[in-house]
Amino acid sequence: MPQMILRRIGMMVLIMLVVGLLLFMINEGDPRLIARSVLGPYAQDGQLDAWIMQHGYDRSMFIRYFEWVARVVSGDLGDSIIYKRPTSEIFWPRLANTGILAGVTFVIMVIIALTLGVLAGMKEGSPQDRIISVISIATTSIPEYASAVVLAGIFVFWLGWLPGTSSMTSGFNVVELILPVMVLTLYGFGYIARMTRASMAEVMTTPYIRTAILKGLPYRHIIMKHALRNALIAPFTVIMLQINWLLSGVVVTEFAFGYKGFGALLLEAALRRDIFVIEACGLAAVFVAVFTQTIGDIGYTYLNPRIRFK
Amino acid sequence: MPDQDEVPVLEITGLRLSYYTRAGEIPAVMDFDLKIAKGESVGLVGESGCGKSTVANGIMRYMGNNGGIVGGTIKFKGRDMAEMSAEEVRRIRGNDIAMIYQEPMASLNPSLTIGVQLMEVPMNHEGVDEEEAFKRSFDILIAVHIPDPKRLMDSYPHQISGGQQQRVVIAMALLSKPALLLLDEPTTALDVTVEAGIVELIAELSKQTGTSLLYISHNLGLMLEVCDRICVMYSGEVVEEGRIDSIFSSPTHPYTHGLFGCIPQPHANKNARPLSAIRGQLPLPHQRPKGCYFGPRCDFFEPGRCDQELIPMDFVDADDDPAHRVRCTRWDEIDPKAFVSADVAEAREVIPVGETVLEVDNMRKYYEVKDSSFAAMFTGGGNVQQVKANDSISFRAGEGETVAIVGESGCGKSTFAKVLMGLETATDGEVRLSGTDLGSIAVGDRTPAQLASLQMVFQNPNDTLNPSHTIGYQIGRVIKRFGIESDPAKIQERVYQLLDTVKLPRAFATHKPRQLSGGQKQRIGIARAFAGNPKTVIADEPISALDVSVAAAVTELLMDIQREHRTTLVFISHDLAAVRYLADRVVVMYLGRVMERGSTDEVFAPPYHPYTEALLSAVPIADPQVTKRRIVLTGNLPSPLNPPKGCPFSTRCPRSLGRLCDEQAPPVQLAADRHAIACHIPLEELRKVEPVFSTPNWDLGAAD
Repeated sequence: MPQMILRRIGMMVLIMLVVGLLLFMINEGDPRLIARSVLGPYAQDGQLDAWIMQHGYDRSMFIRYFEWVARVVSGDLGDSIIYKRPTSEIFWPRLANTGILAGVTFVIMVIIALTLGVLAGMKEGSPQDRIISVISIATTSIPEYASAVVLAGIFVFWLGWLPGTSSMTSGFNVVELILPVMVLTLYGFGYIARMTRASMAEVMTTPYIRTAILKGLPYRHIIMKHALRNALIAPFTVIMLQINWLLSGVVVTEFAFGYKGFGALLLEAALRRDIFVIEACGLAAVFVAVFTQTIGDIGYTYLNPRIRFK
Repeated sequence: MPDQDEVPVLEITGLRLSYYTRAGEIPAVMDFDLKIAKGESVGLVGESGCGKSTVANGIMRYMGNNGGIVGGTIKFKGRDMAEMSAEEVRRIRGNDIAMIYQEPMASLNPSLTIGVQLMEVPMNHEGVDEEEAFKRSFDILIAVHIPDPKRLMDSYPHQISGGQQQRVVIAMALLSKPALLLLDEPTTALDVTVEAGIVELIAELSKQTGTSLLYISHNLGLMLEVCDRICVMYSGEVVEEGRIDSIFSSPTHPYTHGLFGCIPQPHANKNARPLSAIRGQLPLPHQRPKGCYFGPRCDFFEPGRCDQELIPMDFVDADDDPAHRVRCTRWDEIDPKAFVSADVAEAREVIPVGETVLEVDNMRKYYEVKDSSFAAMFTGGGNVQQVKANDSISFRAGEGETVAIVGESGCGKSTFAKVLMGLETATDGEVRLSGTDLGSIAVGDRTPAQLASLQMVFQNPNDTLNPSHTIGYQIGRVIKRFGIESDPAKIQERVYQLLDTVKLPRAFATHKPRQLSGGQKQRIGIARAFAGNPKTVIADEPISALDVSVAAAVTELLMDIQREHRTTLVFISHDLAAVRYLADRVVVMYLGRVMERGSTDEVFAPPYHPYTEALLSAVPIADPQVTKRRIVLTGNLPSPLNPPKGCPFSTRCPRSLGRLCDEQAPPVQLAADRHAIACHIPLEELRKVEPVFSTPNWDLGAAD
């Protein structure tokens, strides 16, 4: 087991390095483009060349790449072109904001989705299964921008219970988090619930569940102890993939509620070619993707002893 | 209150079980009566779809969402189960009535340790604490003869062998000392040698605890060994029931007779007494004929009498069993001799064996297993272990000859088939087909002619046909691929010819596989294999997934085609009765090595290799006149990664000579020309061994 974890971590570092290289090549491959985006559209060729010489961009790309890796590892993400400040000053708080939003959503969404999925899959074709299935299909088919408007309409304008923006201008406020979490959960839970339902329904027809029933075990015990763990194997992968979506796919929701998050930052940086912010955001997205996969693989071996490593 | 010993453990009267589908109610079991006394063992025999498992599920009140009990009563120890609440039924399940299943691997939860799965039984039913539950589970594992129960308690099901898994399932069922044990094909998925051990264990344990058994199986030979009484079922009804000896000595229902005609007897072979399959097919539940359900397949069918109303069970007044009943209107009119002439099909002449077609010479197939442990990473990839899947295999097969390769699972039979087919290439040695070495040519590099001349019939016909193409397309594609025909009209013609050969209607060319039954699919598999007029066909357990009557028909078909085309047949099987029946020569394999080879008569008579002897002894024989010596092998097949140093069989051999066998590879001794035995025991001594089977009438083992 520790050997497997070490191997996975090694793999993770390697993937980060390779994707980092691609990211670097795309963003900093051509020194003139960097100089142009730093100095602006009116800079003269001579100025560009001088900037390139001054900042060492005339050297080979690979040397620069390794320097860049060393800087990133030491925490220096370069200066943001738009904000004229070190990227790390903007980047980390934004990432933390999204982390809070994603974390809260993730916990609520997974709990709701698994509960509903298991309830539906326990008895395939039963009224509770049909109701849950219809609800989860319906909610998944409503895009975030639509549900954001509808939910805001209900809770902000009609009932007046919740604030309509989540910009956290006067410090962190849990109430402002409710609407974005609601929108994200509504959109995301159906997918996991459907997977769980299918997996649970399949597990319920297996011979080992028959064994458990004919052993005379109480129904609750059969579901909790015999079915659940096996039924979680398939949705587990989907749940892990949802974390990626929660990090970078929430841009619509963040924009809808004016939430200062990572998605919004990435979009802004991409629109205005803020190279160093793009790189930082890209790295973060890749890291989360690779990291969740690694956690996923390790968790998978825990759930399924048949593939557990010796 | 009635005396508990007098009340039958289970009493079923007039039971009717149905499933509800879109087509309406489908009766699965009708008019079913059964009484099981304390300590009695009753068998339910029949082919798949006859309703035997439904009966077991009905007793357990486990009929799924769409099934239910429509009529009749099931009384357990005198109490009507229909009146019990769901909670009471739950308390009975696993406690008073326990069940053992066909697939032990699938019946155990893959993600819980065996200890947890055992301990929850007494913890739930008797409310004992964890410590007590552990102790009981531990003791029961010892009772089912599992070595090292402590380690096993912490193991997951996939970490132990199939035989051990079944022992665990049995242990689980016996933990609460049930009054009734339902066994649904408990040994069908296991090797014969393992089966023998399990059967012995169940008999031993039920004798100790006085548990009654309801044994469900399609294997008549097994029934004879384990049951006091049997019920023969056909299409949801019991057609004949009685004491086991009465049924075997004087079967009365034509279907029972038909079943006996389908099983190869140990003293007969394909030429002397060909199998007689029951014609036709089991009717679908919603297409059952009026009157006798067996009518359309029965040779004694009489219109006007057999196709009127439902036929009741009738006592046959057998001398040895007053309770022997049969469901046949004409049972007292049919002359038992009529069966004899009907089921002993005409003897056929022996086909002469032609010149050698297939020659396997010292073939080896080794796999390399890399040690990927942490230590190995530091020592530079270090040890590469070798698995000798096939080691020095040699034999010859002539034109028109059938060579059987037998052995337990894991003995290397399938690896051998893969090398022949070119799915793997041989590590060393040669496999010559008509003089060309194919052992080192992978399947992709073989010429169409080479491919066509060596084809295979697979084990499971359901998995080997592409579900989305028609039968005609699938056979036609093979014909085109092998370059036999290229003109569409001619291909079509050839497809029809092949369908004729396998005795299927030509209309099947436009059918999809799902429209066919298992037996029909296997016929298509055979047609596909014979599409290119092969010289040699490898049949890998071609009948083991089929029902007895279907298997008999497919076996006969294979024999007919072989006779006609003079094909060499390599028949891979673990079923020694079938091997005895259809093979000319036998190769017995164990752990990748040939233990014994020779003609069928030589291998099935002394001198035996001790392993052959044990294999033979494990075969259930459906003939009460045959007595056989019981040899039950202990222990598991050793891991091929770590085979015994000397003779591979030395760890389990009942005749082991000790150190010599443990440390030195056995010499190959020639008992006769082309009859080789790899054993340390001198031939003279092996010759003195008594035959495994003996009967008063014929003596299989008589040394000629």
